[in-house]
Amino acid sequence: MRGWRRRGEPPTPAITSAVAGVSAGTPILVAAVVLVVVAVVSTAVGPANLSLATVVGVLVSHVPLIHYHASASAVANAIVWEIRLPRVVLAGLVGSMLAAGGASYQGVFRNPLADPYLLGVAAGAGLGATIAIVTPRASFEWLPIAAFLGGAVAVSLTYLVGARTGQRSSGTSIVLAGVAVAALFTAVQTDLQQQHAADLQPVYSWILGSLATASWTDVRLILPYVVVSGAVLLAHRRLLDALRVGEEEASSLGVHPQRVRLVVVAAATLGTAAAVSVSGLIGFVGIIVPHLVRLTTNASYRVVLPVSMISGASFLILADLGARMLESPAEVPLGVVTAFVGGPFFIFVLRSRRSQQGVL
Amino acid sequence: MRATPAPSSGPHGQLDIEGLVVRYEQTVAVSDVRLTVAPGEWLGVIGANGAGKSSLLRAVARLSAYEGAVRIGGRDTAGLSRRRFAQLVAYVPQKPELPAQMRAVDYVALGRLPHLGYFGAENPRDRLRCGELLARLSLAHMSDRPLGAMSGGELQRLVLARALAQEAPILLMDEPTSALDLGRRVEALELVDELRRERQLTVVSALHDLTLAAQFADRLVLLAGGVIVATGTPHEVLVEGALDQHFGTRVQVLQGEDGEVIVVPRRQRERTS
Repeated sequence: MRGWRRRGEPPTPAITSAVAGVSAGTPILVAAVVLVVVAVVSTAVGPANLSLATVVGVLVSHVPLIHYHASASAVANAIVWEIRLPRVVLAGLVGSMLAAGGASYQGVFRNPLADPYLLGVAAGAGLGATIAIVTPRASFEWLPIAAFLGGAVAVSLTYLVGARTGQRSSGTSIVLAGVAVAALFTAVQTDLQQQHAADLQPVYSWILGSLATASWTDVRLILPYVVVSGAVLLAHRRLLDALRVGEEEASSLGVHPQRVRLVVVAAATLGTAAAVSVSGLIGFVGIIVPHLVRLTTNASYRVVLPVSMISGASFLILADLGARMLESPAEVPLGVVTAFVGGPFFIFVLRSRRSQQGVL
Repeated sequence: MRATPAPSSGPHGQLDIEGLVVRYEQTVAVSDVRLTVAPGEWLGVIGANGAGKSSLLRAVARLSAYEGAVRIGGRDTAGLSRRRFAQLVAYVPQKPELPAQMRAVDYVALGRLPHLGYFGAENPRDRLRCGELLARLSLAHMSDRPLGAMSGGELQRLVLARALAQEAPILLMDEPTSALDLGRRVEALELVDELRRERQLTVVSALHDLTLAAQFADRLVLLAGGVIVATGTPHEVLVEGALDQHFGTRVQVLQGEDGEVIVVPRRQRERTS
């Protein structure tokens, strides 16, 4: 028998390398180091001219269990701790959630263009935010909650409609239902905007995305959702790999594709709705980041999911730095930065790398 | 020294199929099939296109609805969880889906899924199993290669490796070698046979190539219209009259040098020159 290793021969050294190949450690470590650097640099940059040493000093002084008293002034402390850092942390959480949501949606629907907004989260959140803005007595504090509820209602509706029509085994009917629900919600939102033309400006600035008013309150508001959603998605990374070989083969490996899809979509949607409720509708992150990660790592969800989460945070922190600094002191809408930078960069990478092969 | 024990020996390997019926809307694809496959036995399922081979295998693999009972080691599989069932039965589909970007080692690792909890992770032993299987199937050097960059023969072995990684006592294969050239075909079946003997695997395979089916299977089942029309050793089943009738062409059955059965299809009419 040509080619087969014979019984009784010792395993070849190649086994060791094959085994090592399963591990996902290195890309995760690299992405984490990048995130730390990006976060520190981004905290150090701003209109108030603070030195990197001052910023790092303030950051270290707030680390629990380290009794280090920064020599920085109270103003510097406030700028770093109350203004810049919450914004960086919030950008990180939102970016991480959008990237994780995108990677997961692409996995369960086996569609490279799926993004966290696919099932109507964006349209629902947009409608919720619009209602909050145009309602006379509602205060701005209600905006995140209204956006979150709008997103949740839209996706629930999508699921109800999608699950009742067509084959339940394919994700197609759900996606089509999402398109219909999004169109409906967008129409209602447009109508509301037309009736309240005076409120167009705040509605638009929310839709285009901004973290300009970020505070620790926002961070505390979305942190539980992002943590729970992220943990559930991470726990499903192997099952997302199994879905890549199709419903039937996944079933023969003991997986319930429909159950996996339901849990993953629910978790991704919950986290995304929470994220956009404080940030507005930031596009592109959920598509660009997972695909860049796929192009640079080995495309297993064991690696793609955690690395997308970490890199999504870095990506949005950098984009928000651009939003703050490009036309300083004015702010560029964050969604504009992500689309403007992300779009061409993505096209460039797709063209220059293994674009001929399938992306999933 | 091989670290792999023979996990599949014992009572699990016996497969009993009782009164199995598969319906697709109006048509009956498999009708009242009764079969017993002993542990370590290789059963070949043969028959013309549409005879019900795939339907039978897919029903046993619980991929389509059926009436009747499938028992493994005497126990009805209907009540088993999907994961537990995947620990007992590995299924190699006719046309496996092979994501071009997935790496070979990740593909084989999917076979360990039935042994992991819902949220579980592979432990070093699982990884070692995958590495061993890749080496065993001469694929160790391409474990990091994406499936899109592998040849048909390599992919065929890889799919087999994934199924074997399940370490299930029963291996179902639906036309496992249809995409391979003659040499690769024999090689792949030879490997299955070797592992079958080593691990006491119970193998049920649908095979188009009757000559190969005769050489590898202990016993053959000839299906026609969803019904078993003949069963027995290759010598008993592969007889000219029955094959002519069920394959709708003239078939010549020859004896090879070692007494093996060789089945040769013939043209319907004599060649006119």
